Amino acid sequence: MSDVRALIVDDSAVMRKIVERSLRQAGISLTQVLEAGNGAEALGVLRDKKVDLILCDINMPVMDGLEFVKQLAGLESAKGVPVVMITIEASESHVVQALSCGARGYIRKPFTPDQVKEHVVSVLAAKS
Amino acid sequence: MKSANQLVPADSGHKDWTPVLEIATKEVFELMLGSQLADAEPSKAEGEITSTVALAGQLCGVMSVSCSLKAAARMASKMLGTEPDNGGEEMRDAFGEICNMVAGNFKSKIPGLGDGCTLSVPTVITGHDCSVHSLTHSGKLAVTFLFEDMPVAVMVEIHN
Repeated sequence: MSDVRALIVDDSAVMRKIVERSLRQAGISLTQVLEAGNGAEALGVLRDKKVDLILCDINMPVMDGLEFVKQLAGLESAKGVPVVMITIEASESHVVQALSCGARGYIRKPFTPDQVKEHVVSVLAAKS
Repeated sequence: MKSANQLVPADSGHKDWTPVLEIATKEVFELMLGSQLADAEPSKAEGEITSTVALAGQLCGVMSVSCSLKAAARMASKMLGTEPDNGGEEMRDAFGEICNMVAGNFKSKIPGLGDGCTLSVPTVITGHDCSVHSLTHSGKLAVTFLFEDMPVAVMVEIHN
């Protein structure tokens, strides 16, 4: 899996680093990593930049991950970009809600690089 | 690692949740840091740094993780793949995230709490002789582990 441009959305800067590190550990070759601290910031980033993959937390201030995924559907420049949620929210209802909003994958914290790889490879393969 | 998702019945008392707290903590260290925690006798860990996360909703209380600065720096280093940084902002944030993930993992293993309990953002306190005490608590879960031979105390004070 190579040349992936990723957007990591999490209100914790340290968690964004951890997610990026996990992607690299998983063997995903990242050509560009963009970051946003909440859903609204992420929508702003996506108006100017193209990405291949979005990894997004759910619990964030200003705009949470579920609202972000809903609003992403209306953003022409990001059409078809898969979103994988990475969150501590593990209940069935959160998973169902995220997937029904348009997320393609769901990773629960704590996670391993292998889990990240499995989901990322799967959504990128489905996209192509 | 054994899943504890259905380890306790939904109506079990708080005292039955100690094994869940143990497993929730060990999973975070194993998956995020690649570290196996060793069981340790309950003791007062060197509380040079404490991270807390409040729980609200069907379960109200405060979770805390406490250890030495050296241990916290080592945890952050392992999680971020960087050199240990004693007392830096990144180390404190990483330590806060550990408590956050332990709290999230813990509540996800108690049936019914996944949707019914929300977590605050973590707060990290540094300094000796810090103790976490919330008023009118009705129960406490406490476990101690050794992380690379350094004690780590994990506690949940439960209000309801």
